[in-house]
Amino acid sequence: MEGLYAFCVGLLTACGIFLALRGRTFSVVIGLTLLSYAVNLFLFASGRLKLNAAAVLGESEQYSDPLPQALVLTAIVIGFAMTAFAVILAMRARADLGNDHVDGTLPAQPGDASQKSGGNQ
Amino acid sequence: MQHLSIFPILIPLLFGAIMLLPPISRDINSQRITSIVGTLFLLISSAALLYQINTEGVQLYALGGWQAPFGIALVADKVSSLLVLLTAFLAFCVMLYSVAGQDKGGAYFHPLFMFQIMGINGAFLTGDIFNLFVFFEVLLIASYALLIHAGGKQKTQAALHYVILNLVGSSLFLFGLGILYGTLGTLNMADMAIKVGQLQGETATLAKTGALLLLVVFGLKAAMLPMHFWLPKTYASASAPVAALFAIMTKVGIYSIFRVYTVIFGDDAGELANIATPWLWPMALLTITIGTIGVFASPGIKTLSANLVIISSGSLLACAAINSEAATSAALYYMVHSTLASAGLFLLADVMSRQRGKAEDRFVRSRPFIQPRLLGFAFAISALALIGMPPLSGFVGKIMILQATQSSAQTMWVWPLILIGSLAALITFSRAGTTLFWRHNGNVAAEAEPAKTTEIMGIGLLLLASPILVIFGGDISEFTQQAAHYLHDIQASAYALLPGVAQ
Repeated sequence: MEGLYAFCVGLLTACGIFLALRGRTFSVVIGLTLLSYAVNLFLFASGRLKLNAAAVLGESEQYSDPLPQALVLTAIVIGFAMTAFAVILAMRARADLGNDHVDGTLPAQPGDASQKSGGNQ
Repeated sequence: MQHLSIFPILIPLLFGAIMLLPPISRDINSQRITSIVGTLFLLISSAALLYQINTEGVQLYALGGWQAPFGIALVADKVSSLLVLLTAFLAFCVMLYSVAGQDKGGAYFHPLFMFQIMGINGAFLTGDIFNLFVFFEVLLIASYALLIHAGGKQKTQAALHYVILNLVGSSLFLFGLGILYGTLGTLNMADMAIKVGQLQGETATLAKTGALLLLVVFGLKAAMLPMHFWLPKTYASASAPVAALFAIMTKVGIYSIFRVYTVIFGDDAGELANIATPWLWPMALLTITIGTIGVFASPGIKTLSANLVIISSGSLLACAAINSEAATSAALYYMVHSTLASAGLFLLADVMSRQRGKAEDRFVRSRPFIQPRLLGFAFAISALALIGMPPLSGFVGKIMILQATQSSAQTMWVWPLILIGSLAALITFSRAGTTLFWRHNGNVAAEAEPAKTTEIMGIGLLLLASPILVIFGGDISEFTQQAAHYLHDIQASAYALLPGVAQ
C-alpha cells in the first residue's frame, strides 16, 4: 500500500511541477491544483498509513495520529482559497494584458516575423 | 498583563473585520479614522508588550489552555516583540501616509492592510511551525490583493508572478512540514529543537531534506538569490503604501530563517547541527552581489529602493550564515534600520514622482519640484541612512555586521561585498540626487500636487527613526544582544518553554 501511495503522490507532484512550469496561466493553475492535491496526500501520510485505525481513542484497537488529519483539513481550506484567487487573477490578467501568457507578452514564434507584441520592437 | 501577547494579532483582526461591516465600510473617512485608531492601539499595545517582556521575561501564551507541545502556543520573546513593535510603527507611519488619498485606488484597502498586519504579527509571535505556515498564508493572501490595489497593467503582470511563485512556495512549505512532522512527531518549535538532536541515520537524512525545503521557502520570502527575481518588479510596481508595508515582508522570511536554523537546527541539533550554513554562505554573498549590480542598473527610485531591499536581505542572510550571537544581534539592529529606511524611501519616491509629471521617478531631466527644499532634505536623509554613512543608523548597523565576522576568511568575503554595496548605493544616490534636484527644465508641472500634511508626517516619522536608532544605539544594541543571546541559548529558547518536558 505504501508503495502505491508514494507512487501516486510522486506522480501528482511531477505532473503539478511540469504544468506549473508551462507558459499559459490555465495550465499553471491546473499545475498548482495538482501540486496542492499531492501536498494534501503527503501530509496525510506523515502520520503513517494504518488500516482499521480510527483517529478517536477507544473506537478501535489501534488508533491513528489525528494531527495530520487536522493539518490536511487546514491545508485543503487554504489551498482552495488560494486556487480561487489564482483563477480570478489569471482571468484579470487575460483581460488586462490581452493574452494568457504568465509573462503578459507572447514570446515571438519562429517563422512568425509579422507578429507584433506591441512595445519595444 | 497575561493577554498582552495576543493583542498584536487580535487588534488588526478586529479592526479589519469592523471595517468590512456596514456603518464603517460605506464611508472612506470613517474607515481612515478607524485605521489610524487601530494602528495607534497596535503601536501602544506592542510597546507595552515589549516593556513587559523586557522586565518579566518570555511570555508563553497557550491558546485555548492547551499546554505546549500539544496545543498551539504564542511565544512573545525579545526577538518577536521587537519585530512586532517594528511592524506596528511601520504600519502606523504607512497608514498616516495612505489616508491622504492613496487608499482611494480600490475597495477594501483598509481591511486588507489590517489583515496583512495580523499575518505579519502572527508569524513573528507564533511558537508552532504549522501555525507559522497559516500566518504566512494570511499575510500572503492579503498581500496578493493589496499588490493589485489601484490596478493597472504593470501591477497585474507583477502580481501574477508573485502569486504563482508564492503558491508553489506554500506547497513546498507543506512538504517540508510533512517531512519534519513524520520524522520528529511534533510541530512545536521548542519541542522540535529538543527532539531533533536524537535523530540518527536515515531519519536524520529525511529530516534534513525537510529542513532544507523550508530554507527554499524562507529564501523565497527573503529574496535569497535564485528566488529574488520577483522582488524588484513587484516592489516597483506596487502602490507606495503597499510597497512600504512590503518592506517588512522580506524580513518575515529572514526572521523565520533565524528562528528555525538557530533554535531548531542550531548547534545542539546533533547530526543536523547548522545544516543551513553551507547553503546560506554562497547564497548570501551572491544576493549582495546581484543587489549591487541591480542598484547600478536602476532606472528610477522605486527600482533602486527595491534593489536596496535585496542588498539588505543579502547582508542579513550573511549574518545568519556567520551564526554567532554578535551576528544575530547585528542582524536584528540592521533589520529595524533597513525596514524603516527603505519604507521611507518608497513613500518619498511616490511623493516625488507625483510632482514630476510624466518623468515620474525615473532619473531623467524633467520639471522642477514644487517643494524642492523639503523633498531634497528628506531625500538626503534617507540616502545617508540607506548608503550607511555616518551619523545615521545605516552606518551603525553595517559596522555591527562587519564587526561580527569571526575568521579572516569570513572577513575577506563579507567586508568587500558589503562595502562595495554601500559604494554602489552612494554612486547611484548621488547620480539620482543631481538629476532629480538640479537638472530640470520648464516650469512646474500643471498636474503636480504638493505633499499633504499627513504624508509628510508619515515620511518624517520613518526618517526620524534613523537618528533615534543612533541616539539610543547603546540601549537598542544591548537589547538586541540579549535577544540574540536568547535565540542561541537552547536552554532559554527551547527547554524553558516546555515546562512539562523532562530535560
